[in-house]
Amino acid sequence: MKNDLVLRVIGKLLIPFILLFALYVQFHGDFGPGGGFQAGVIIAAGIIFYALIHGVATTRRIVPDCLVETMLASGVLIYAGVGLAGLLFGGNYLDYFVLDPNPVLGQHRGIFWVEVGVATTVSGVMLKIYYMFASRSGSED
Amino acid sequence: MIGHFSYIVTVFLMVAGLYILIACSNLIKKLVGLSIFQTSVYLLYIVPGKLVGGTAPIISPQYTVYSNPLPHVLILTAIVVGVATLALGLALAVRIREAYGSIEEDEILARDHAVIATEAANEEPL
Amino acid sequence: MSLAQHLPALQVVLPLISAPLAVLLRRGGLAFAMVTAAAWAAFAIAIALWLQVDSSGSISYHIGNWEPPWGIEYRIDRLNSFMLVLVSGMAAVVLPYSRASIEREIPRESHYLFYAMMGLCMTGLLGITITGDAFNLFVFLEISSLSTYVLIALGRDRRALTASYQYLIMGSIGATFIVIAIGFLYLMTGTLNLADMATKLSTIKGTRPVLVALAFFTVGVSLKAAIFPLHQWLPNAYTYAPSAVTAFIGATATKVSLYALIRFYFTIFGDSLVFEQLPLPEIMLMLSLFALFVANFIAIFQSNLKRLFAYSSIGQIGYITLGLSFDSVHGLAASIMHLFNHGIAKGAIFLLTGGIVATLTTRQGIPTAPTFERLAGLSKQMPLTCFGIVIGGLSLIGVPGTAGFISKWYLILAAIEKDQWWLAGAIVISSLLALAYVWRFVEVAYFRSPPVGQNAHGEASISLLIPAWLLIAGTIWFGFDTSFTVGSALNAAQQLMSNSR
Repeated sequence: MKNDLVLRVIGKLLIPFILLFALYVQFHGDFGPGGGFQAGVIIAAGIIFYALIHGVATTRRIVPDCLVETMLASGVLIYAGVGLAGLLFGGNYLDYFVLDPNPVLGQHRGIFWVEVGVATTVSGVMLKIYYMFASRSGSED
Repeated sequence: MIGHFSYIVTVFLMVAGLYILIACSNLIKKLVGLSIFQTSVYLLYIVPGKLVGGTAPIISPQYTVYSNPLPHVLILTAIVVGVATLALGLALAVRIREAYGSIEEDEILARDHAVIATEAANEEPL
Repeated sequence: MSLAQHLPALQVVLPLISAPLAVLLRRGGLAFAMVTAAAWAAFAIAIALWLQVDSSGSISYHIGNWEPPWGIEYRIDRLNSFMLVLVSGMAAVVLPYSRASIEREIPRESHYLFYAMMGLCMTGLLGITITGDAFNLFVFLEISSLSTYVLIALGRDRRALTASYQYLIMGSIGATFIVIAIGFLYLMTGTLNLADMATKLSTIKGTRPVLVALAFFTVGVSLKAAIFPLHQWLPNAYTYAPSAVTAFIGATATKVSLYALIRFYFTIFGDSLVFEQLPLPEIMLMLSLFALFVANFIAIFQSNLKRLFAYSSIGQIGYITLGLSFDSVHGLAASIMHLFNHGIAKGAIFLLTGGIVATLTTRQGIPTAPTFERLAGLSKQMPLTCFGIVIGGLSLIGVPGTAGFISKWYLILAAIEKDQWWLAGAIVISSLLALAYVWRFVEVAYFRSPPVGQNAHGEASISLLIPAWLLIAGTIWFGFDTSFTVGSALNAAQQLMSNSR
């Protein structure tokens, strides 16, 4: 579908906004509907949209497999790291209260980083799943 | 009857999903059934958590009735688990298709039995 | 801040962190070092926790510093501290073994994924054991199940794929049944904390939703624990999985599901509901007897050694459920003991069988199945391996001097306590069936001459033998020094029965 003018133009227009919307959902997650899981899926959807227009091979050059694997591993590590930070500050595992002198701010800080971790892992996993299936179907035809 | 409408839907989805799982021999259809089955559980949790007239559980002087947020959180987790299961199941179905050339359970079984039969035939001289 | 008070969290978190690190490192060797280190650390923590529980009673750890009925609580009492030692101990033994074992069974480029999955599987199993929160239990159950499906699918035979798929379907049905049960319990009590749930359930015991929850939970866990007749996924999964995986899940996965069953029956539903108001003991007794005789009988006629011991596992699970059905301290203790004793004996046997597979497999590619034709006269070439399997087999039969004897002894004791002499007889007769299949191996390996034209090969490599023989030594050790197993199991059973209403 690389040569379809309409798709290419629309894609170029939309993808930045999709990614921006993902960031909105991500950072709005503390106050309203949203959060890391949804944001991660939206980020992945934007990239998959790109892949549908320009092909998996091109996308794999921009978002290579090793980056995707790093994302899905490092997200979990960020999450676990927040938990361990709770231990370092003298609380229990995943204790956000101790992350800041003000417990409410501490909760905020904790959940913020956890959501960052979730978003990273989820977008990584979604892309990985897409890559796996897309590359399989190519080899069979 | 109307009061139990959501439960009837839940039970219908549950039984329909389970039936597809058992009755279909196509590996993809089985996964469809599994997804429907799991979806019914999402309903089972979510429905009792919603109070008519209740609002999102953010404390505010304007509201007195809130929905229970916990089931939503639990089901978000269950949905993630469901997605992971589905993805893994589909990946296995793709690999099975590559290895056997079929995603029909009975054909796959027939092929396995054929292999076992030839293995047995080859090993008989020993 | 002392690290000691955070051991319950670290027990689960260390294996959890090792898995993504293994993915990040990407190199098989580094990933191996990472996950193995985590497994050893987990084993050390499990022992520390067991000592702590033994000296000063149950531990409660509040994740995120939220008070128990609202937050997730990790609760360690005598039963799960004992299970933690089994699970982490098996991981600590199997992981060093896996390095040499997967060399021929799994393509080199996916080695790091194997270790990551082992890390996750370990996380899930330890999590199920340690958690005191119903939904958390489900999440950990799925973590361990999903990684187990992947591990089984890594087997080189294409039948590993169908086995894994079958297990995925059955396992997901089981897990979904468990969530339905937890959902009903949550609807009735409004809490997910197991201890809190138990208190609140005591007033509404016997209401229909609670009975429905009990039914769903029983069926769901029976699927996951391969309790006869819901064991269909097990033989294929064990046969075609890579050897290290078979040993690990064979020794831990079904045992942890059985732990969940014991936990829910005695802590939450209470034994007066489960065992006195419902005909569950009779049903369980019948199914256990079927498992003992049918599964052990089928095992005798298998031609593949791995499949033989897979069926034997189903039979051995029958002894565990039989102990539960007595609803007495000795019966429960026998079940808990057998979880442990069978775990290490079966783990050792599968490790040694893996050694045979690794040695018979001469080239890269499909591993050679350990069929009886290929095993003829094996004792001359692999004396240590064969002798090890025989000792493990003796423990499965329950010969005095092995760990298996101890748990069967308590099982028979519990049967006699209830004046069920015929059951004691049934246990002994079913052990004869175990003798039959072990003898079959002995006859083939020791008394037949090797097949003509088979390449001469030596003993399995030392890195495969040491972990397996550690477990074999454990089987003999716990056959003589029973203070750890019997002591822990009796204490755990007494604690469960006294708290259960």
